[in-house]
Amino acid sequence: MSAQPSSRKRMPRIRWSAIVMIAYLLFLLVPIYWLVVMSFKSNSEILNAFTLFPDEFTFQNYETILTDPSWYMGYVNSFIYVALNTVISLAVALPAAYAFSRYRFYGDNHLFFWLLTNRMAPPAVFALPFFQLYSSVSLFDTHIAVALAHCLFNVPLAVWILEGFMRGIPREIDETAFMDGYGFTRFFTRIFIPMIAPGIGVTAFFCFMFSWVELLLSRTLTSVDAKPITAIMTRTVSASGLDWGVLAAAGVLTIIPGAIVIYFVRSYIAKGFALGRV
Amino acid sequence: MTLRLQDVSKSLDGQTHIYPLSLELQKGTMNVLLGPTSSGKTSLMRLMAGLDRPDSGKIYWEGKDVTGQRVQARDIAMVYQQFVNYPSMTVYENIASPLRIQKRSSAQIDAKVHEMAELLQLTSILHRMPDEISGGQQQRCAIARALVKDVGLVLMDEPLANLDYKLREELRSEIPRLFAASGSIFVYATTEPEEALLLGGNTATLWEGRVTQFGPSMEVYRQPADEITARVYSDPPMNFMSVRKGAGSFHYKSGQSFAADEGLADLPDGEYRAGFRAHHLEIGESTAGKLAFDAKLIVTEITGSETFIHVEAAGERWIGLVPGIHTFKVGQNFQICLNPESIFYFDQQGRLAVGSNPETGQMRA
Repeated sequence: MSAQPSSRKRMPRIRWSAIVMIAYLLFLLVPIYWLVVMSFKSNSEILNAFTLFPDEFTFQNYETILTDPSWYMGYVNSFIYVALNTVISLAVALPAAYAFSRYRFYGDNHLFFWLLTNRMAPPAVFALPFFQLYSSVSLFDTHIAVALAHCLFNVPLAVWILEGFMRGIPREIDETAFMDGYGFTRFFTRIFIPMIAPGIGVTAFFCFMFSWVELLLSRTLTSVDAKPITAIMTRTVSASGLDWGVLAAAGVLTIIPGAIVIYFVRSYIAKGFALGRV
Repeated sequence: MTLRLQDVSKSLDGQTHIYPLSLELQKGTMNVLLGPTSSGKTSLMRLMAGLDRPDSGKIYWEGKDVTGQRVQARDIAMVYQQFVNYPSMTVYENIASPLRIQKRSSAQIDAKVHEMAELLQLTSILHRMPDEISGGQQQRCAIARALVKDVGLVLMDEPLANLDYKLREELRSEIPRLFAASGSIFVYATTEPEEALLLGGNTATLWEGRVTQFGPSMEVYRQPADEITARVYSDPPMNFMSVRKGAGSFHYKSGQSFAADEGLADLPDGEYRAGFRAHHLEIGESTAGKLAFDAKLIVTEITGSETFIHVEAAGERWIGLVPGIHTFKVGQNFQICLNPESIFYFDQQGRLAVGSNPETGQMRA
């Protein structure tokens, strides 16, 4: 036994945990990989051959999107209403969350709970009333219309997440500031907001994300001027056959903003998913 | 500059935190609120500060009614048990912030901040952020911010409770100096009788939302008005036994009798409660003029130079604090004794029995 320890050592130990992890990651990445690869292929290659890597590497698809206004305006429109929505949601949710975290008022618990039930209904329920309402007040096909409609989901979510973060700040800090002579506005902007900056970042991310991926309301409430990229991607199907490559390129470009935003709030995401209650 | 509370009370969720009480704090005095946890110290402070509004009663500051006034308009500062600083500001900016609100000139602010930093030994860490400094330094920073604007009323709610032993001793020894330098009314809440004595000034003992006694700290300690005050103002708690007075003498359960001293001689005959503090209990055979009891040991706690002995004697459970290290076996029987002059007598209602002459009656430690 002691004669051959060296040969025993040479046997590589199989690390199952690593193998399972790698397999899982590959499995997750396959659709994204396929999308990215497709976006660099020509339509004929996509339809006629099974290739793991583009034979003819082309930027043609991206060029189409970035030069054709009917494509790139979709991104611009999406960005406008997503940004509007994020700003409005935060502006409304910050004071609301502060009130929920600091004061006790009649029905506060019920109101807090009912806020969240807005998220329980499918957006389709609200498509009809929003469409009719916005048409009659001539908000149809404007960015603000979509931004306001998305507030229906995002404001309650933002209030929940922010309240969780604010609850973690001891009330004594507020009181100390007031005794020091701070007025409410000054205290809120100079002292309180810096303390919950990570929470605001996470909340902004969630508002951004939900507004960015939402399709049904944004498609229903727009026709031309404010048409979002997600709607354009679905409608291209019926145009001149199916432009696989361009669609794939559009898909890649749609993933990127989310990935960038996630990068900046990555350390707080878990707390955000737990609605700030960790 | 006086703070006067008149019949203020406070309850929350059906629980009474403060029963109607009146209190007057004089200009430039140190006032200690002494009481166990949830005796109402914090509630009372919050009423004084105007952070909470009393359910009834009024609060006067310099004779002016300030009940319900915004805290921004009040001349106050508060230091909490938790270390409260503004985490997004440096120590310097933390201390400077109340002055910036008052729109003082930057030269004035700079001078004042450095003066406070010097006083609280923060000069070398002025540029640091609060989460980069130790707990003791964080509390120093909070105290500096409270004192920098020269308010008339400084409230400190157990400011040293979250500090470790060494830092606590160090900072506690500085508080009288800070108080003297400020000229403000200090209100200092604590659960420790020792701290109240060290700080001097006045003590208000609190018990279940009531102020049981208010007066100069030493006087309250030596002449507690009632049994509860004596209990609150003793650590470990005061030991009690029953005693009967008759024919000019107190008759103890041990069978011994001692003549009541001059102030107490004319107390009516009857049952009384006798109380004494832990450090008056002695171990050993009785000598002349001392009370003696047979005691059975329950447990000992050795602090290093002193020993706490928990004993059963005269049908009661007592705690004694004796110098030196004693190693008794649990259940062991031995003799303890006690000087009758160190005993406080309380009547059946729990009030201190002072007899006809409260001045000479009892002055005991």
